[in-house]
Order: sequence, then structure tokens, then C-alpha cells
Amino acid sequence: MPESTPFLRFEGVVAGYGGGDVIKGVDFDVPQGGVTCIVGPNGSGKSTLLKTVSGLVRPRLGQLWFKGTPLVGLTPREILQLGIVQVPQNHSLFREMTVQQNVELGAFLVKDKKLIAERLAHVTEIFPIVAERAKDKAGSLSGGQQRLVEFARCLMLEPELVVLDEPSMGLDPKTLRLVFDTIKLMNKVGRTVLLVEQNARQALRMSHYAVVLENGLLRLSGSGSEVLNNPEIGALYLGGTIHAASPDDATSPSVQ
Amino acid sequence: MSKAKPTAWGLGLAVLILFPIIETNPAWTSIGVLTLMFMACTTSWNMFSGYSGYVSLGSAIFFGSGAYTMALVSTHAHMAGGAALFWLIPLAGLVAMVIAVPVGAIALRVRRHTFVVITIALFFVFQLLAINASFTGGAAGIYIPLIPWGASYYNVPFYYVALGMVIFATLLSAAVRRSRFGLQLLAIRDDEDRALGLGVRVTAVKLTGFTMSAFTFGMAGALYCMLQGQIYPQFVFDPTFDITVALMAFLGGFGTLLGPLLGGLILEASQQYLTQSFSNGSLYLILFGVLFLLVILFMPQGIVVAVSQWWNGRAQRRELKATRDPAAVGAHT
Amino acid sequence: MAALLEAKDVSRSFGGVHALAGCSLSVDKGSITGLIGPNGSGKTTMFNVMTGYVKPDKGTVSFDGHDVTNARPDKIFALGIGRTFQLTRIFARISVVENMLVATQRDESWLRGLTRSKSSKSELDAAMEWLDFVGLSRLASMPAGSLSYGQRKLLELAYVLVADPDVILLDEPAGGVNLTLINEISEKILALNKGGKTFLIVEHNMEFVMKICDKVTVMHQGCDLVTGTPAEVRANPAVLDAYLGSSDDEFDEEEDVSA
Repeated sequence: MPESTPFLRFEGVVAGYGGGDVIKGVDFDVPQGGVTCIVGPNGSGKSTLLKTVSGLVRPRLGQLWFKGTPLVGLTPREILQLGIVQVPQNHSLFREMTVQQNVELGAFLVKDKKLIAERLAHVTEIFPIVAERAKDKAGSLSGGQQRLVEFARCLMLEPELVVLDEPSMGLDPKTLRLVFDTIKLMNKVGRTVLLVEQNARQALRMSHYAVVLENGLLRLSGSGSEVLNNPEIGALYLGGTIHAASPDDATSPSVQ
Repeated sequence: MSKAKPTAWGLGLAVLILFPIIETNPAWTSIGVLTLMFMACTTSWNMFSGYSGYVSLGSAIFFGSGAYTMALVSTHAHMAGGAALFWLIPLAGLVAMVIAVPVGAIALRVRRHTFVVITIALFFVFQLLAINASFTGGAAGIYIPLIPWGASYYNVPFYYVALGMVIFATLLSAAVRRSRFGLQLLAIRDDEDRALGLGVRVTAVKLTGFTMSAFTFGMAGALYCMLQGQIYPQFVFDPTFDITVALMAFLGGFGTLLGPLLGGLILEASQQYLTQSFSNGSLYLILFGVLFLLVILFMPQGIVVAVSQWWNGRAQRRELKATRDPAAVGAHT
Repeated sequence: MAALLEAKDVSRSFGGVHALAGCSLSVDKGSITGLIGPNGSGKTTMFNVMTGYVKPDKGTVSFDGHDVTNARPDKIFALGIGRTFQLTRIFARISVVENMLVATQRDESWLRGLTRSKSSKSELDAAMEWLDFVGLSRLASMPAGSLSYGQRKLLELAYVLVADPDVILLDEPAGGVNLTLINEISEKILALNKGGKTFLIVEHNMEFVMKICDKVTVMHQGCDLVTGTPAEVRANPAVLDAYLGSSDDEFDEEEDVSA
């Protein structure tokens, strides 16, 4: 038993959607204040694992601990109140409501209207699109733009743990940079970030800790660079390892 | 599992075949005939509506048309009451199919949510036609030639013809499911536009399915007419018939093969039994209501699906227990 | 190389939003053309217009010289144009391999479908081969709805390819897909292209685009901005500004926290 209470702990988690187990027994700790990245092939259970944190999927077996509090059995709302916010993989904005309404809804646990307005101003600074398209219906924004609004929304509760499921998906390079910068920013002000990313090389470079999930089981865990530079993982899931930066890498403004 | 399935089906069939031999009480065999009739109808309904997702509440159009075919042909051709009338049953099926073409052409112009409403509307058109047209005998109905079989034996031939219908409908539904055509219906159910974009001839496929499912309804209507000896419009163009058939499919399992059979069996047999035992013709509605509520709350995909999921879940849990025990913490390969 | 698929001055608005404002795009026969641009620049709308899912307010779309501006999706498919969707569209309640089989019956009359079993041996083999390629063959009999997002993407790619169209439009094929698999997919696209297939690909993954496209069109605010070879486009200042971000702002040079 570690001396200090682990920040987020997965203990023997087994979970699925009724048709079969997707996560078959996962144990690891997410360190506080850092960026932790989960990588792995498609279908390995990464999204499912994240959903056990936010309460959208209830593990069949095992337990999750957030600063000593067990999470299994809590409703998603209770988990939000503990300070855990997730931005899911699929679009989750209310299409018929305006962008501003959607973002304000993010703070629904906060009762103080002044505080909500303050936080809205703050997230708008980081994500200008919230002001630019404030009165437009969220459904009229493109996929990538909606993603940005979702990030803005998730910051409204000033969470301790931010859970991101494929944040870069569908984003153009410029927006992607904004998102990854924001992740670093969130981390700098003390929030812990847990993310799943297929743009794994980029994500691993800014991760303090990483785990590799394969077929619902943990294959490897370690620091971001350990996982990034592991040759086997590189070949299997990262599109080949990066050794010294090739001329292409250094000059290309690409996302890989 | 693949050996168990055909055996189970075979066993069920054997039970159904032996039933009237073992249980000769006409009260029971009459329940049997009607139950089988509904099982055939529900299976046929599911073959189109279950697979394609286009819920039709106008099947009574074809049931009634079949009944009227039997009545009109037998009286106008001056046929003698008896087994010869059974030959009109497939004819009634064909008539129903012919009627299904224009009905389907109209109803299938719209998407599934509007489709339900249109089928109801078209049903009422037919009902009114039956009441008001002169050739149908109007509201007074038609009597078919009397069938001179003895009371204790009366139901048995009907029972076996109905059983034949159930077997036919089930085999047809299974064949459709296995065919390319059936796959196209299922694709239409999940994403019609995508199916269209992949080259599926959506309109032709839907119309064909709709028409095919009308055949059994036509036959069932003719059988029913023969059984009752008389028909009048509200009897055979009955809106509750449509709802009952749909309900049976939902209860048993929308889109499965066993589901409609089970739904038909459970609901119709219990309805008939309650009506007979308690001579209260509406008691069954309470039962239906309760059953429906239970299914929606606990088994929204129907009994068959819920049971098979639970069964598979059990096998998985047993498997997992066996592999989990020696697992170390943080299993690394 | 002649233009095989061409959109001229296409405009389309949704409510007050001008998704496309006089956009032109041409895809040469036998080419792999990339379509890139910031989020909201109208790329998916362009796809939708070109494949008959959305009718343009103004402008024309032609295929091999014939006007297909108002053609329905089934007509487009019959002409030999297949596409994938950004938000995957699969048939959730049938199995993975059955999804593939829906796509293989392209040239058949519907009546034959009644008598035919689900698939001939050759169709099943072709379906399994593609499923194998995208790594989904062990899930062949699972309902497609149980697949993860990335797996659905791969299934969609597989079934569009098994339908064997001549022109293939891919909407973000790499999004959410594992990096190593993306490499394999790009190799496959190159191989198919050598065999004569034409591709139009929307993508944000610049490495992917640079590697396989011979021509790239950049869209911005509903309009085509620049068209050229990948190298030209990448160096273009307007493109860098609107889309790629300035070239000296590099991830690789930033502090590596993972060490």
C-alpha cells in the first residue's frame, strides 16, 4: 500500500457493454498534476476505460479510486462534483442550442451567475470561437469547431481531473496546436489530464506518464518518453519510431 | 449450440403436431387454431416490418381481403362447404399480394415514421369500402357455405392447415433472412440513405418485402373466414388485429425468427384462454398491458433477445472467473 | 490528365451559414488529390455536394463530362463513385461481414437478390480479405454496432473499397486510426492508385497528405484558396497562415516534458 493516497487508481477493472468484456483487468495509477496518455490499437478498450472514470460505464469487477473515494456506483453527476470532467469522443453538444448556451451549461453545478460569467469570459479568452459564434446553433458548426466548444465547456467547472477521449480527432493542424497547447496550459495550472490519443507521438511527447492498452489489458506502462521510444510499441502502434529528427520532421508543420 | 437449435425446433414442431391428437377438447383445439394463425401472421409481419423497420399497422387490409376472397369466391362459385374450400386459401394469399402492390406503392413513398400513419389510413379506406360496397354484402356481411363436419372434430383440419401456414411463414422468413434480399432489408433498417448510396434498390426491395408479407395475411384471413362460417366488415377489417400482431412481435423479439412465434403463442393463447375461462372478453387487455409494460421496462428488445443475452452473459462470466483468479496485479502480457 | 470529377463555382448555405461560397475543385483521372483546410472551411459539404447528399444552391458538378449536379446518391454510386463519411455510417445491427456484403452487390438486379444467398464464395473471400487488411477479421460476426469509433472508420473504409468503385472519396480516413495502420492504409491507397483508381481525400494529417497526394487543394471559408503540389501548398504563406500555423512554431523544438 503506497504511503500517499493515489490520485486516480484503477484496481482490477473489468468492464464491457453487456455483449462481452472489453476491459479485462486493468491496474494502474494516474499521477497527480501530470499528463497521462493511454495509447493502443483500435478496439483495445481505451474509450471504455475512460468511461469507467466518468461513470458512463460501470465496471463489472474491480474498483476505481479518486483520491481515496471509490468511483464505482457513483452517478456521472456525483463524479462531476468530485471534480472530474470528460470530453467524450463523439460530438456531445446540444445541436439546437447556441454555442454560448452550450458552454454555460458546462457550469451547471455552479449556482452563482457572476461566477459563471467570469468563467465564460476566461474560457472565451482561450477559445475565441465561443465569442465568434456565440449566438449560432451548435449544430451549424463544423466537427472541429464543435470540438473546441466542447473543450471550452469542460473548463467551466474548473475540474481537477480532465479526461479527454481523442481530443485531436478531426482537427486541422492549427486548431490541433491550440488544443495541445491548452492541454499543457491546463496542466500548468494544476489540472491533471488523462487522455486517449491516436496522434500518439505528439501526445506522448507532452505526457509525463503513459500506458499501452492492448486487447483490454495493460501491455506496458512508464514515462511518456519510455513508451514513445520503445521500439516494439513504436512499430506496432506509433507508425515506426522516431530516432533523430529526420529533415522532414524538423521542418514540417505536420501533426505527426 | 448448433446441434441444440435444430433439435429444439424439431421438438417444438413435434409438440405442435401432436397437440390435437393428445388434447381433443374442442375448446383447446380452437385456441390452438387461432394461436397458430396469429403465430403465422406475426412471423409474416416481422418478415417485412421487423427486418426493415417500417412498422405497418395496416396488415388487416390483407387479412380482410383474404377473408372476403374466401367468402365471395365460395358463394359466387356455388362451392359446397367442406375441404374443397381449403384450396381457396392460397388464392386468397395471391389476391392479398396483388392488393399489396398499389397499397405498398402509396404507403412506401414516405419514410418510416409517416409510413405507420399512412398504413392506418389506408386500412380505414378498406374497412369503409367493405362496409359500403355492394359486392361485399355491405355491413350485413356474407355467409359462406356450411361445413358439415362434426363439432368434436371440426377444429382439427383447421388446426393442421394453420400449422402448415406457420411452417410456411417461418421457412419463408428464415429464407429471407439468409438471402441477399433479407440483408438489404436489414441495411435499410439501420441506415436507409447509406444503403441507397451503396447501390441497394431501396424502393424495389421495400415493395417486394411488403408484398411478400401480405401473402400469409391473406391466407390467414381466408382460414379465419372458413372457420367462423361468416364474416362482416368490422370482424375482419379490425384495427385491434393490427396492433395485436405488432405487439406480439415486439413482445417476442422484433426482427428475430423465434420472437414472433413466441409472442403469438403467449399472447394469443392466453387471450383465448382468458376469454373462455372467465367469459370476460376484455380481461386479456389487462394482461397484454401488464406484459407489454414488463417487456418495455426490462426486456425492450423482446423476450428472445433478452434471454439469449443473459445466456451468453452467463457463459462469459463463468469463463472469466476461471481465468481471473491467478492473474497478478497489473498483468503485463 | 483530364478532369474526371469536377465541381465549378459551387455555393451552398445552411440557414445563415455559407458553407460553400463559389468553390471549384477538379480531380484528375488516376490522381490522388488532397483536400485540406481549416475546420469549418466546407470540405465535408463539398463532398456531400459532389456525391449527391446535398444539392448546391449554385454551381455544377460533372463526372466524366456528364452533369451530375442533382443526381441522387444511388446514381452517383452506380457511376462508380464511392465515399466514406466523417461521422461513420455503418449498419449497426448486422454483423461486420454482413456490412461488407451489402456493398458487394452493386451491379445486381433486385429480383436476383431474392433467390441468392447472402454471398457467393468469391464475395465472402473478398470481404474477409479487406477485413483482414484493416484488422477486423476476428470481429467478422460481431454486430457492427459493438465496434469502437476507430474500428467503425476502418469498416467503412473496407466496405467502400470492397464495392470496387473507380473513384473513391475519403473523408478523414486517418482520423482516430492507429498510426501504424495509417501507414498501411496509405500504402494500400498508393497500390490501388497504381491499378487505376482515382482518389479524393479530405485529411488533416499532413504527413499522410504529403506522402500520397499528387495534387492538393486548400479550402478556406467555403472557397478554394490554393491548388498545387503538396510541396507548393506547404510553402504557400497564405496556407501557412490560415491552416498550418507559422512554420517556426514547432512541436519538436518545445520542451519535452516526458523525459
